[in-house]
Amino acid sequence: MSTVFILADFVNGQASKTTTELATAAARIGEVTAVILAPVGQGATLAATLTSGPISSIIVVENADFQSHGVSASADAVSQLIAQKSPTALLVASHAFGKELAGYVAVKTDSGIITDAVDVGSDATATQVIFGGSTTVHSKVSNGTIIITVRPNCITADTSAHAASVESISLTISDSAKKATVSSSQPPLQGGRPELTEANIVVSGGRGTNGDFAAVEAFADSLGAAVGASRAATDAGWYPHSHQVGQTGKTVSPQLYVACGISGAIQHRAGMQTSKAIVVINKDPEAPIFELADFGVIGDLFAVLPVATEGVNARKS
Amino acid sequence: MKIAVCIKQVPDSWAEKKMVNGALDRENVDAVLNDLDEYAVEEALRIVEAHGGNEDGAAHSVTVISMGPARATDAVRKALSMGANGAILITDPALASADALLTSKVLAQVINSEGFDLVICGTESTDARMSVVPAMIAARLGWAQLTFAGSVDVEPAQSKVSITRVSEAGVDSMSANFPAVISVIEKINEPRYPSFKGIMAAKKKSIESRDLAAIGISAQSAWSQVIDSQLRPPRAAGVKVSDDGSGGEKLVNFLVERKLI
Repeated sequence: MSTVFILADFVNGQASKTTTELATAAARIGEVTAVILAPVGQGATLAATLTSGPISSIIVVENADFQSHGVSASADAVSQLIAQKSPTALLVASHAFGKELAGYVAVKTDSGIITDAVDVGSDATATQVIFGGSTTVHSKVSNGTIIITVRPNCITADTSAHAASVESISLTISDSAKKATVSSSQPPLQGGRPELTEANIVVSGGRGTNGDFAAVEAFADSLGAAVGASRAATDAGWYPHSHQVGQTGKTVSPQLYVACGISGAIQHRAGMQTSKAIVVINKDPEAPIFELADFGVIGDLFAVLPVATEGVNARKS
Repeated sequence: MKIAVCIKQVPDSWAEKKMVNGALDRENVDAVLNDLDEYAVEEALRIVEAHGGNEDGAAHSVTVISMGPARATDAVRKALSMGANGAILITDPALASADALLTSKVLAQVINSEGFDLVICGTESTDARMSVVPAMIAARLGWAQLTFAGSVDVEPAQSKVSITRVSEAGVDSMSANFPAVISVIEKINEPRYPSFKGIMAAKKKSIESRDLAAIGISAQSAWSQVIDSQLRPPRAAGVKVSDDGSGGEKLVNFLVERKLI
């Protein structure tokens, strides 16, 4: 049986849900080897958090260069592992780091690449949803290692436990992949809420918040949701750029997406249209976002959200 | 300091896009300069302006590089009207269905032959949205990769460039010696509108057209193929209520009905 690599993804030192989703997709194609790129001395700790998903083996590479030289150093390591082990495919999480790494590896290993897959078949056919959610495309890589980046939250994870063997491999990172140097790193501020792309529920605010996200955050917290924002809101400086949902921000596919005071420009829709259920609160009955709504409330978010927050909290107690 | 800016002409993001024979139909939609590339052009201009400018005879220059059909000249011209010095447009019928791998190969080859200090790109094109070409160019050239920059600082005398990388992983301070490949996020600056003077000047600037033979590489077919594409069914119309004070409660009832809470 062929081997499929996944690049294990970690959030706050824990294997992310996305890692299990990658393993689930990869297991349809072949036997899954999870690759962990770790700072020196942390490989075993990270590997210990990788407990679920259909994973047959784990490769741990510890190297200080991953932290000090950015994406290219990690990509160089993955390229070297592919040259050593010749996997059929490589699946990586579709975020900025994952996509850049996949692109770099595609060049280094002479391989084709498909990004932003929402599903992967047993013959490694990738499904993508494009043009702001209007079109579904099936594609296949025809050259080299099949490299696919997979969007978080799109594949139902097989969370069964595994008994994977762990192998440590040491590598020397190529000089050409160490030309950039990282002098300091600040982790993103999570504020206790789930990571945006992994969250089951996302509550987003837009222009209609007028800069006041308190009601949006309160509703998000009642649901255990992540908070998102439209480009209008992040451009105005009302919410951090790292929370922007849409074309130039993050693409999310939660079970529930709640859009508050967001008109629904194509740039925003492109980032949330594959959400399973969509709820809209907007004062303007003509707002295009209502076209996507499974449930829409025409009203002021500052009136609707506190009532809804109270309603959700009451059901929990 | 020689700076290259890679730009792409893309279908207007407001236009309705369609697939024809497994590829995006580019013929029948309005085409514009990829708006994320405008930030790259702006940043290149700000860098040279902070160090003496790019007027004729100055020590610095900004060159626009693009791959696309002849009509991509319009997008190139826009970048020139913002203030870039000149442009190279790689046009060849064999590039019509180029994937990111071939695109990066072509761009890297041209960049390499011209001896630039810095290459600046947008983070992605609004049509393909792959966000891989800057990393691919860095991989092909073996240059420093300084991507997703929210700010860029250049010290030409030291041949050194520093950025802050802004991504889901947080904020990183990174630096490298020339040459380097940079991509910039759209928070980095506010791109200028071309002035009348800039538009007039751009008409006289040279756009050098090259085909594949001129840059010395042969076309390869794409390494991934579209098997099929379908329009997705529109979402079924949902329930819409007007808030008369009970909107919040109805919303919660919907969440309960759908077992979302």
